Amino acid sequence: MTHDHDHDHVDAGPPLSDLQLRVRALESLLVDKGLVDPAALDSLIDTYETKVGPRNGARVVARAWVDPAYKQRLLENASEAIAELGYIGRQGEDMVVLENTPKVHNMVVCTLCSCYPWPVLGLPPVWYKAAPFRSRAVIDPRGVLDEFGVAVPADVEVRVWDSTAELRYLVLPERPAGTEGFSEEQLAELVTRDSMIGVGKIKAPGRKTPR
Amino acid sequence: MNGVHDMGGMHGLGPVEPEPNEPVFHHDWERKAFALTMAAGFLGKWNIDMGRYAREVMPGPEYLTTSYYEHWLYGLELLLVEKGLVTSEEIRTKRPTAPAPEGLRVLRPDDVPRRLRAVRAARMEDDVPAKFKAGDGVVARNINPTGHTRLPRYARGKRGVIDRDHGVFIYPDAHAAGLGKQPQHCYSVRFTARELWGADALARDVIYIDCFEPYLTPA
Repeated sequence: MTHDHDHDHVDAGPPLSDLQLRVRALESLLVDKGLVDPAALDSLIDTYETKVGPRNGARVVARAWVDPAYKQRLLENASEAIAELGYIGRQGEDMVVLENTPKVHNMVVCTLCSCYPWPVLGLPPVWYKAAPFRSRAVIDPRGVLDEFGVAVPADVEVRVWDSTAELRYLVLPERPAGTEGFSEEQLAELVTRDSMIGVGKIKAPGRKTPR
Repeated sequence: MNGVHDMGGMHGLGPVEPEPNEPVFHHDWERKAFALTMAAGFLGKWNIDMGRYAREVMPGPEYLTTSYYEHWLYGLELLLVEKGLVTSEEIRTKRPTAPAPEGLRVLRPDDVPRRLRAVRAARMEDDVPAKFKAGDGVVARNINPTGHTRLPRYARGKRGVIDRDHGVFIYPDAHAAGLGKQPQHCYSVRFTARELWGADALARDVIYIDCFEPYLTPA
């Protein structure tokens, strides 16, 4: 479906101005009462809109692909290894990295709310927070993966990680074939957000996607 | 609580709909709902577990027909009133009538980077003995509390194996109820898809759930 019409899609929010009005009223109430500083609101928004996002996680993945010692540290103590690249803080205090292999495919969900590793992936996409993914990821992971275009062969173990506590999970996807000789930066370019949630495969470079 | 937020395993909630090139926020009010919730949270009048519970108590039909940041807004208004920062009258009339409590540390723009980069949250240094170790068989308790819990319904009464001990963390069930941190070990527990969903599930597939020690009994 297209997203030209917000009212088609509950989780993109209705186009009504009542929400805009309600939030504006709440904001001015809290500002008038001295409970929030509008400049701090701008700073919070700017942080998550422009500074923190999945390119951070992509750099972690690319580093792990080129540096076996880093990958080892990442799998043993993810929080510290990720902090080496400067990605720390809220909703990423206690990280766990899950390595995909030819025999294991990892996928992350939060069935109870929408827990997500903010410092490495930014704020979660709408589908991750919405009922269809949260309900089905644990009972029909292969069906969900199929809808994302990820076919997992029957001899590969699917591991679903439900983020029910304060651990935050990042999937380390497999390095695609045909990337020998790629620089760390070039590799980071290939890494998608979805691959780090475990619902996307990374396309091998240099090949046109068949349509 | 057995609310609609606890969705794992439900059918009929529609297809997953990824949006290509999705923006971080879809509407300006979402930006503000996010930032107001974060800034108000930093006032320190409630913790993250109370924050989650405040969204869970949104009536089920409303929860299912509203968007994520509407859940946040619901929780924010509830907590602001419950903690005495604003009155429901003020929210209704959109006008301040009473002064805010004194002594609050309001989040300033200069504090934002430091507050967001704090590396300590729920992990505790307390020396709490662990009842379980990796490889131990466990059964998730069949509990149905009306308060906050992080044990999803689909795991209750099911048998799993401890995969790893994550260490000691704030116990959300107590923390959300204002009963202190009550540090507990939190374990990653491996459940087979067959144990959770029956014989039709693939024998190979598994689900890992992070479980606090009080959720578990020895198998």
